[in-house]
Amino acid sequence: MAIVRLSTPLRKFSEGKPEINTEGSTLKEVLANIDSKIPGFLEKVVENDEIKQFINIYINNEDVRLGEGLSTALGESDVVSILPAVSGG
Amino acid sequence: MLIGLKCRNCGQRYPIEPLNTCEECFGPLEVEYDYDAIQERVSREKIEKGPNTIWRYADFLPVTGRIIDLGAGFTPLQRADNLGSILGLDELYIKNDSVNPTFSFKDRVVSVSISKALEFGFDTVGCASTGNLASSVAAHAAKANMNCYIFVPADLNVAKITQALVYNPHLIGVEGNYDEVNRLCTEVSGYYDWAFVNINLRAYYAEGSKTLGYEVAEQLGWEAPDRVVVPAASGSLLTKVWRGFKEFERFGLIDEVNTKVTAAQAEGCSPITTAFRTGEPVKPVRPNTIEKSLAIGNPADGFYAVKVIKESGGTAGSATDAELIEGIKLLARTEGIFTETAGGVVVATLKKLVEAGEIDSDERTVIYITGNGLKTQDVLAEYLPSPIKIKPDLEAFNTQAKPEQKEVA
Repeated sequence: MAIVRLSTPLRKFSEGKPEINTEGSTLKEVLANIDSKIPGFLEKVVENDEIKQFINIYINNEDVRLGEGLSTALGESDVVSILPAVSGG
Repeated sequence: MLIGLKCRNCGQRYPIEPLNTCEECFGPLEVEYDYDAIQERVSREKIEKGPNTIWRYADFLPVTGRIIDLGAGFTPLQRADNLGSILGLDELYIKNDSVNPTFSFKDRVVSVSISKALEFGFDTVGCASTGNLASSVAAHAAKANMNCYIFVPADLNVAKITQALVYNPHLIGVEGNYDEVNRLCTEVSGYYDWAFVNINLRAYYAEGSKTLGYEVAEQLGWEAPDRVVVPAASGSLLTKVWRGFKEFERFGLIDEVNTKVTAAQAEGCSPITTAFRTGEPVKPVRPNTIEKSLAIGNPADGFYAVKVIKESGGTAGSATDAELIEGIKLLARTEGIFTETAGGVVVATLKKLVEAGEIDSDERTVIYITGNGLKTQDVLAEYLPSPIKIKPDLEAFNTQAKPEQKEVA
C-alpha cells in the first residue's frame, strides 16, 4: 500500500485530502489504480506514457526521472509525491 | 493594470491570487498586464524621474499596495574595456548586481514578492534557496515585520548561512541538495498557509527580474544590447531579461530588440545548456559543482529558457569549476569587481564562447554579475596566494617584499 501525497492542484481529485493510499507494485500501477477510482486523474499526470512536462514525481523523496520513471517499483509504505515543477532560488 | 494570471503552457486564466500552477496542465502561471493602460502612463521621462531602485519601473511590476523597498536595483552598468581587450570584445559591459542591499540580484524579485505577500495579507513568508535568496527574503521579511522560514542545503557556503542568520529568520538547513530542498519546500507549502516567494508567489516574484532587462536598456541610452550573457539556474532570470527588453520594445521605449540571449551554466550542472546544444528536452541531472547558487538539476523554467535562447538567436555554454575560479580572478584583476561563483561561470563561459567564435568581437555585449564574491570566499581560498608577512620595518620590506616599482624618494 503506497501513500500518495498530492499537491494542491490535484487535491480536487481527493476531496481536498492531501494524501491517499493506493495499491500497486510500480508507479504506473499506482497511478492507474488511482485513476480507476478517480477517473481523469491519470491524464492529468501522464501523457504518451511519460510524466507530463510540468510535473515532478518523487518516490521516498527521489525524483523518478533520475531513476526508472513510471516503471519504478514500489514497496509497502513507500511514499509517492506528485508536485508541480517549480524551482529557482 | 493587472489583468490576472495566465498559464504559459495552455493559456488558462486565473485571478490575481497566490497561485503558481495551472490546475489544468500544471504549467507555470505568469502575470498578465493591461498593456494598453500601461502604454498611456509610461514614458522615458517619467521613468528617469523615478527612484534609483527597481521601483522606477513600478508601472511594469505586479504590486499595487505598500512596497517593501531596501533599495534594490539601479545598479551600475560598467564599461569593461580591460576585460574586453583580454577577451577580444570591442564593447563589453558588466551589469554589476552584486551591490544590491543583500549583495545579489535576488533583492529585485524579493522586493516584489514580499510586497505582494503583504498585499495578499500573509504574515509568514518563506523560500527554498540555493543561498542568495535566503538572505534577501530574511532581510525583506525583517523590514516588513513578517515571520520568515528559510530552507537551504545544510552544506551551503558558510558566509551565506551567516548572512542569512543575522536577519533572524527561522533557518532550516536541509541535508540534501537544492533540488531536494525545493521539493521539501513545495510539499511544505501544500500544508501551511505561508507565502513562499519562489513557490506560490513565483508568478509575481519572477517579474522582478524583468528590471534587469529594463535597466540595461535604459543605461545603454534606451537601447537593447546585441548580446547578453546570463547565469542560468532555474532559467527564469534569462526569460525575464528577455521579457524586459520585449516589453520596452512594445511600449516604444526602445527600438527593435535584436539581443542574442546567452546562458551560462556550471559544467557540473548544465541541463539547460545541454538541452540547447543537443536539441533534446531538458533532462534533470544531479549537480556536481562548487557553484551552488546555480546548482539546480531540475530547472523548472528550463523549457522556456531554451525557447528564448533559440528565439533570440543566442547560445549557451558552460564552465568547469577550475574555469569559473579563473573567471572570478580574471574579473577581479581586470575590472575591480569581486563576484561569487555564478559570476565566475558567466565570465568563463563568455571567454569560451568568444574563443569558439560564437560571440563576435563587434557585438555590444552585457554580462550579468548577479552575486557578490564575499558570499563564496570559501571556494577561493586555496586558489589565491598567501600574503607576504614581514616585521614592521623598512629593511624587512625592502629585502623580503621585493618591491618591483622604483622607490618614490
